[in-house]
Amino acid sequence: MRLTDVEKAMRDGEAGPAVAKAMDLLIRYGEALGAEGLVETRNVCGTVTATTPFLRDFAVNKGGLDAVFSEFNLDSQEVVATPKVKAFSSHLQLGFDPHHPAEMGVSDEIVQFYKKSEAAAAKMGVQILNTCTPYQVGNVPTRGEHLAWMESSAVIYANSVLGARTNTEGRESTSCAMITCRIPDWGFHRDEGRRGTLGVHTDIPLETVEDWGLFGYWMGDWVQERVPVITGVRSSPNLPRLKHFGAAASSSGGVEMYHIVGITPEANTVEQAFGGNKATEVRHYGRRERELTLERINSTASDSKVDYVMLGCPHYTIEQIWEAAQLLEGRKLHPETALWIWTPRAIKELATRNGYTQIIEAAGGKIFTDSCSAMSRAVPPGTKVVALDSAKQAHYLPAILGLQAWFGTTEQCIEAACTGRWSAA
Amino acid sequence: MNSSTHVEQATVAAGETIVIRGRCVVPGVAEGEALVTTQPISGWGGVDPRNGTVIETRHELRGQSFAKKVLVFPGAKGSSGWSAQFHVARLMGTAPAAWLFNQMTTKVALGTVVSHSPAMTDFDQDPVALIRTGDWVKVDATNGVVTITRK
Repeated sequence: MRLTDVEKAMRDGEAGPAVAKAMDLLIRYGEALGAEGLVETRNVCGTVTATTPFLRDFAVNKGGLDAVFSEFNLDSQEVVATPKVKAFSSHLQLGFDPHHPAEMGVSDEIVQFYKKSEAAAAKMGVQILNTCTPYQVGNVPTRGEHLAWMESSAVIYANSVLGARTNTEGRESTSCAMITCRIPDWGFHRDEGRRGTLGVHTDIPLETVEDWGLFGYWMGDWVQERVPVITGVRSSPNLPRLKHFGAAASSSGGVEMYHIVGITPEANTVEQAFGGNKATEVRHYGRRERELTLERINSTASDSKVDYVMLGCPHYTIEQIWEAAQLLEGRKLHPETALWIWTPRAIKELATRNGYTQIIEAAGGKIFTDSCSAMSRAVPPGTKVVALDSAKQAHYLPAILGLQAWFGTTEQCIEAACTGRWSAA
Repeated sequence: MNSSTHVEQATVAAGETIVIRGRCVVPGVAEGEALVTTQPISGWGGVDPRNGTVIETRHELRGQSFAKKVLVFPGAKGSSGWSAQFHVARLMGTAPAAWLFNQMTTKVALGTVVSHSPAMTDFDQDPVALIRTGDWVKVDATNGVVTITRK
């Protein structure tokens, strides 16, 4: 792989042992990909903190948090001192909400270990955003900006909606990028990797978050890793709709980028979106596709009694919390049904100042931060049936926790929380 | 595909040896019994690194362990936690002995690199179609050579 003089110096240890280890990993990774070189990045989203008993034991036995960072973030068996980051770096979601460990079944010992780890990450210079939607809380990349981001729903949003450039990175590559400002120049960093290869036309209007979730789940299953060019969208979708759309598409498939003609930044025209490629195939999305997708997402559910309503995957926006609060105001949850809403810490602060937290709590619901039920594997005790407005979470929770999952509109979910039953069942 | 090395699967007898060539992803040499799937593999939510088994619902390898085997598969899918799962598998001693796959992505590149097991791609013949579970497979990734002995 071709390296600049600055990169060679980092590899050779001129910026210290941790940076040398990071360059070594980035070179091995870049050569594995077949990349010709590295690209500079100043915007990284990854995971450096430790939230599991496995990592706590590793720290105890192998040399503390430096050993954890060396092994799990730099792929280095030699323990090196954790350096400060050079790139603007944001922390993604965690394995639990450290403010609500009891509900999550997490011991105080693990919370204390996490807090040390969080303090170490903050000292490194990592922004403790703790969310899968960094673009909601201040990390909003610009068009063409090169990123090194983890988290599939954040990657697809950054590439497609914002026109920034990132591959789906992992824990090790993002950490190495944080301290070197480099990532392999491959895939979505390059013009040729971003061009559409197949066509998707919607024959029906897409209005609600539910509509976009279903469309994304249907599309991802067909598209897998390819780049679709979407036509037929009649009204401009907002942040929550595209957040749910991308998350659904990257769960049922591996979609990391899409174009919506007339809406997303690299698709002013069909020709621009394809960039000289010919569509290998074009498929239509209509009423029948929508119905079949809804049936497929709901195929795990049969019982109408709902134990748990989970909102916020990806993390809820303030607009969505406002909507939920309006639907809940003056009502009470069914005594056998729990409502947990998941959002970034910064947005919970806003929700509290706006009075929404109080409305939701007065009804019996809770707002959690930093994590979600799929990441934490935490649900209210005894949960067998969950209702959600996220196709992504409906995809993962039956597989991870063996639950029945109902997918529908936010209104249907709030109704289920208050009546204890899924009305469409 | 090089026609002179093309081998019809049906004509390969037990004990017979086949050689295919490809590109080195992670250098090194390893051998073991093959575990073959035509389905892509998920990392986070798809495998359990504690025992090296596939846990994904409806996956054809569900419940089977890839530990110390030569894993032959189309490629990676799912969450960006792919590399971290196979990183933990290495530390638990449950990682594959070697990896052979067709579809290059950042997930599979990083995951195989941190597993430290030899890995190859870009083959002159499709390993998923050619290799059968149980075949003995020697992977010399450094020199780009895979030697398959039919069970």
